[in-house]
Amino acid sequence: MRLCDRGRINRSISLPFTFDGQLLTGHPGDTLASALLANGIRLMGRSFKYHRPRGVMTAGAEEPNALVEVGLGAAMVSNVRATVQELYEGLEARSQNRWPSLRVDALALNDLLSPFLGAGFYYKTFMWPQSFWERVYEPMIRRAAGLGSLVADADPARHEKAFAWCDLLVTGAGPTGLMAALAAGEAGAEVILADESSEPGGRLLSEVEDVGGMPATDWVDTCVARLRAMPNVRLMTRTVVTGAYDGGVYGAFERVGDHLSGPHADLPTDCFWRITARRAVLATGAIERPIAFADNDRPGVMMASAVRSYLNRYGVSPGKRVALFATNDDAYRTARDLRGAGVEVAAIIDPRDAAPAGAEFPVFSDAQVVGTGGRLGLRHIHVRTAGKTRRIPLDTLAVSGGWNPSLHLTSHMGARPQWRGDIHAFVPGNGSAGVPGLSAAGAANGVFDTAGCLAEGLRAARTVLEDLGIPAIAVDLPEAEQDAGRTAPLWLVPGKRRAWVDFQNDVTAKDVKMAGQEGFDSVEYMKRYTTQGMAPDQGKNSNVNALAILADATGRSIEQTGTTIYRPPYSPVPIGALGAGAQGKGFAPERFTTSHSASVARGAPMIEAGLWYRPSYFPAPGETTWRQACDREVTMVRSAVGVCDVSTLGKIELFGPDTGAFLDMVYANRFATLKPGKARYGIMLREDGHVMDDGTTARLSEDHWVMTTTTAAAGEVMAHLEMVQQCFMPQAQVRFTSTTDAWAQFAIAGPRSREVLDTLLDHRIDAETFPFMGCGAVRVNGIDARLFRISFSGEQAYELAVPTRFGTSLWRLLVAQAEGFGGGPYGMEALNVLRIEKGFLTHAELHGRTTAFDLGMQGILSSKKEFIGRAAAARPGLVDPDREQLVGLRPVDREIAIPAGAHLFGHDADPVRVNDEGYVTSSGYSPTLGRYIGLGFLRNGRGRHGEVIKLVDHLRDVYEFCMVCDPVFFDPDGGRARG
Amino acid sequence: MRYNALQILKQGLSGNRGWGRAWRKPDPKPTYDIVIIGGGGHGLATAYYLAAEHGLTNIAVLEKGYLGGGNVGRNTTIVRANYGLPGNSEFYSHSLRLWEGLEQELNYNVMHSQRGIINLFHSDGQRDAAARRGNAMRNQGDDAVLLGRDDCRKMLPYLDYDQTRFPIYGGLYHARGGTARHDAVAWGLARGADQRGVDLLENCEVTGIDIENGKVTGVQTSRGAIRAKKVAIVVAGRSSQVAAMAGMRLPIESHVLQAFVTEGLKPVIDHVVTYGMGHFYISQSDKGGLVFGGDLDFYPSYASRGNLPMVEHVMEAGMTLMPMLGKARLLRSWGGIMDMSPDGSPIIDSTPTEGLFLNCGWCYGGFKAVPGSGHCFAHLIATGRPHAAAAGFRLDRFATGRGLMDEEGTGAQHNLH
Amino acid sequence: MLIPCPLCGARDLREFTVKGSALTLDRPAADAMPEDWHGYLHLRDNPAGPSRELWWHGAGCGAWLVVQRNTVTHEILSVTLAEQEAGA
Repeated sequence: MRLCDRGRINRSISLPFTFDGQLLTGHPGDTLASALLANGIRLMGRSFKYHRPRGVMTAGAEEPNALVEVGLGAAMVSNVRATVQELYEGLEARSQNRWPSLRVDALALNDLLSPFLGAGFYYKTFMWPQSFWERVYEPMIRRAAGLGSLVADADPARHEKAFAWCDLLVTGAGPTGLMAALAAGEAGAEVILADESSEPGGRLLSEVEDVGGMPATDWVDTCVARLRAMPNVRLMTRTVVTGAYDGGVYGAFERVGDHLSGPHADLPTDCFWRITARRAVLATGAIERPIAFADNDRPGVMMASAVRSYLNRYGVSPGKRVALFATNDDAYRTARDLRGAGVEVAAIIDPRDAAPAGAEFPVFSDAQVVGTGGRLGLRHIHVRTAGKTRRIPLDTLAVSGGWNPSLHLTSHMGARPQWRGDIHAFVPGNGSAGVPGLSAAGAANGVFDTAGCLAEGLRAARTVLEDLGIPAIAVDLPEAEQDAGRTAPLWLVPGKRRAWVDFQNDVTAKDVKMAGQEGFDSVEYMKRYTTQGMAPDQGKNSNVNALAILADATGRSIEQTGTTIYRPPYSPVPIGALGAGAQGKGFAPERFTTSHSASVARGAPMIEAGLWYRPSYFPAPGETTWRQACDREVTMVRSAVGVCDVSTLGKIELFGPDTGAFLDMVYANRFATLKPGKARYGIMLREDGHVMDDGTTARLSEDHWVMTTTTAAAGEVMAHLEMVQQCFMPQAQVRFTSTTDAWAQFAIAGPRSREVLDTLLDHRIDAETFPFMGCGAVRVNGIDARLFRISFSGEQAYELAVPTRFGTSLWRLLVAQAEGFGGGPYGMEALNVLRIEKGFLTHAELHGRTTAFDLGMQGILSSKKEFIGRAAAARPGLVDPDREQLVGLRPVDREIAIPAGAHLFGHDADPVRVNDEGYVTSSGYSPTLGRYIGLGFLRNGRGRHGEVIKLVDHLRDVYEFCMVCDPVFFDPDGGRARG
Repeated sequence: MRYNALQILKQGLSGNRGWGRAWRKPDPKPTYDIVIIGGGGHGLATAYYLAAEHGLTNIAVLEKGYLGGGNVGRNTTIVRANYGLPGNSEFYSHSLRLWEGLEQELNYNVMHSQRGIINLFHSDGQRDAAARRGNAMRNQGDDAVLLGRDDCRKMLPYLDYDQTRFPIYGGLYHARGGTARHDAVAWGLARGADQRGVDLLENCEVTGIDIENGKVTGVQTSRGAIRAKKVAIVVAGRSSQVAAMAGMRLPIESHVLQAFVTEGLKPVIDHVVTYGMGHFYISQSDKGGLVFGGDLDFYPSYASRGNLPMVEHVMEAGMTLMPMLGKARLLRSWGGIMDMSPDGSPIIDSTPTEGLFLNCGWCYGGFKAVPGSGHCFAHLIATGRPHAAAAGFRLDRFATGRGLMDEEGTGAQHNLH
Repeated sequence: MLIPCPLCGARDLREFTVKGSALTLDRPAADAMPEDWHGYLHLRDNPAGPSRELWWHGAGCGAWLVVQRNTVTHEILSVTLAEQEAGA
């Protein structure tokens, strides 16, 4: 029911919206919940397990009942708190977790079965027959469970992430937070003041009281105006601080555009902030707690503070006839506000012996609500007083069981909250696991009166300023109410009927007691057994009541029972915001070579190679399969010349007189003896003796070397070199840096490679100036370049490197010249076949579990020097002759391919684990040899050349026989490369 | 009390007042034949199988907090047998067979759900590695199917097949893989062990291990000294500290692994799905929450909480793989402390001290191992010989280099597994 | 988490890679016994409390750092250059 005279809403503008298809209107300033209440709608949802009818209970983010779906199609978001969702024109909301409709929900049948569906019932049944779990029971349970739905289409919303830094992060802009931000801001500190609501003010927006001699809302406006005028203060509304992390880092979630109608080109939907703060003040206030009594979950039963919020902030009365049931003086404050708004107050039910004197309302002292009625909404309550029960007709019951400080962030690092008997609430613990630099103030710290909160805010700011060495400036403390009211504890009204504790997960007082009865009597067990506190509100409405009931059931005090701790996030955060930017291609950077565009233009499919893209093959006219292209490219390299972009390989340049000694430490073989103008192949071990990487390193001059790593291991090798140098050889005179991005490098491979080069180089080369494994400076069309005579194809081959800016044009020239000699570009597929024909290795073989011994390179390990991995590589298990060793494999039937990933067995062995003798790592069709070939590891493989073994690929139904052979299939003496 | 539908009906009709304690809360006896340090999944399973299979019941399980309070209650609930290397392969296969039928054996519904697990791969190289592993699974007698991209599209229509950074080439499908309700596993095993006479001693912290002449004689605890002929250490997350009480230095480094759950949602993800280009694995609980996780935070830690960079990395992987997730809200995150070993595989072995046994180093694969680990550890403790399925989990493999089980191929750096 | 790099100042965790125990700095001599190598490569004190670790500021200056850190509270106690600890 909309009131005509109060609230912070703009009645001059009407906003049409729908709920379950019904067209309704509200106003700017409304939440979806307040607009629904204004339209007389109380039934907003169904509960999780029993599908009980539910209405809105709170006016904040802790709302357990009024969860709805908002939006349409792919953009639909479920489990939206109607109390948080601001109203906009055209908002389309639907109730969830009900079928076929909100009023008539078939699964409400569960409610009738509730005696059999208590805590943990599912652990005791659904076990027979065994196969029924996946087929019958589980699908049934899954369909019944869950809340809203997730549409499987991609999230169309725009999410963002951002960083911020400040001296002081103030969380919560109620009286405490405003005061703290004001005091710190005036003193010149960099302040971020974050509040989850659409406007600052906190509870002051919902209460009728004076601050600083003016209405509280006026004081808020004045205060906010001052803060907004300070350049050093950033006021962030709609921003909830979600977690406290190490080093003063806080996560914060800002709703940026989800209160606006339609998409806005310049605004994301939301933003996840990483805020690094030198200090933080937690001024998150407190959350009012319910009382557990029979059928306390009907639409119309609300928190007293929520009733005041709807009256005073949103100008809505949740009902026409309202009763109050409170353990504290909030009932009287609420009754006053109701009367002020012209709403009938039916009764105040006060469980305390002595109700406050001079009450102007019908008050029942020493009374309790023992029952409620109304199928889809509250119609009456039963009140027991002085031994008699009476029925009171009404439509709304406002409840208050006292307040729980919102101390969640203080325990994000493990600190346990402490019980304070005087206020019947947990307050932040002061143990060792607190959040460094964070202090709670105001209601979050157990101070509930406005004057106290203002003073706490000021105190907290002064402490922070002193800590940071910023001189404080005098700030006046405004006058305000000093009476927080008295609270008497009442958790549960005894009775036979179910009394809800966790509304969202349908956990009742009986469930909590039953957990105790069955021995799940610690708070950790009870939580897990009953699921109390695990629903979207994370126990904000239920934790304290549940453990008080558990304490009672197990004969312990609340203090002895203790509480669970809180974990991030304080409030649920969309995964889209936390993972902003990663959708589609954003997950990892993309690295492109200088030949990328030219390759794409030739129709080459580009495949991912680490972060790089490389061409798979270059299709020629008339070719319809990748194999045709690959076979042609291999033959082209073997018979004429091919060009391949190898810029993705890691390049590290090293300088200094001790470089040789340094390389001797990182490579297993000898490098110090390498002459300038020569390159050498090397393998690097990890300290545990397994092979880390291989590659060539060239000595360009006496003190200048350039190392090549594989594409995959470039980063790992760089880190490794840094470690070896800084940790083991800090005195060595060597400096190095990664130059992978600085050079474009192309392989020119094949018998006609030198002819291609001679068309481009300013000075012709010959076998003497550039012998096999030679290197040196050259000039290409007047550009300084580097030439290495190294080969990954087994052909006479060179790698030519130019500064990256010349890469695109050099690629074009090389391809054009190669084509003139019957060659052209080749891609990864051909490169792979060429290297398999030669038995060269990639990370298919260097997969981290292989040793130099396994690879047949035991001879390369130098015995004349110390190097990384030397000692561990000598462990008996790493040189055991029975280890799997690199072999070549040729299928006995030439027509059958060898699938990589197949396993190897003895000729007559059954293909089962105990007979497993190895596996295939790489395979391909060799057009050079006219057959399929493969590389693999076979137990004692070097001693089994010539043996026919069985190859089995269960997954692809391949069972064949292979001949074991040397891994070098082609040109075993290497004459072609030396050319 | 047997649990079944009839019992539920009977109790429901009589106000549910007849349910008894799931297990006793006994006081410690001065002497036991066997003391098991650690009341987590593995410790409870060890006690259960010692009692159920070896008839040994004069046993105490010592738990410093509450039963199942460690990693058995802080994981992403995945149960699978899809390892590739000998040693691991037979063990996880054995463990999965024990899972199948665990409910009937324990008379406790642990909700073991064989909904199928799909490891996605994103390159030819990854396909080859998946095939190699899948074939190893088949060699072992377990199930594995290699899915192509189109098969994946049918089974997992919500993945991004067109725009994602690392395209989906296919997946390795293990139909018998799935999930289980983690807490229920601890409770079911506790109840089973208790019913067979095992004393479960909660809030009983071990403060010392008594050794005389190279032989274990008992333990010192916060509830007094307890003598025992055999003592078993099975305290993942605290292995180094407890082993140090027996003078041992372990090949273990402790690390924090975070996990996450969303708000409840109607059924949308029917399998367990893992990403191949970043650490990300996800399934949906029967309650409706999407349960997912990623990699370690990488720094050694005993705090069961992590930091934002890994949180964000996991969410980013989720967004590139299944962009519908953007609309789901992260409800809660938590952290567990992992025993990281130098090859990523566990240790179940005797120790140089007579009568002292060690079970540790589960990295972040411990949950699926619960029944297998308990079964094999019980065998070792009872008979003095390793069980055939866990014969590879030797403590000396690092020193000798024999039988290393480095599935990731990342070498002897604890946090890389 | 922020790591105060001695060269760059306090920087976010995202810029760093952690290798593990700073025991890595105490590489055994070339003629050390196999047990020494086993202890070096595999065995760890793994303290619950103050710990000495080796980190790399890979996305910053490239320095390897010895970070003293509490593994229970994550408090950073000190950060020095590994190069200095190694006797540069």
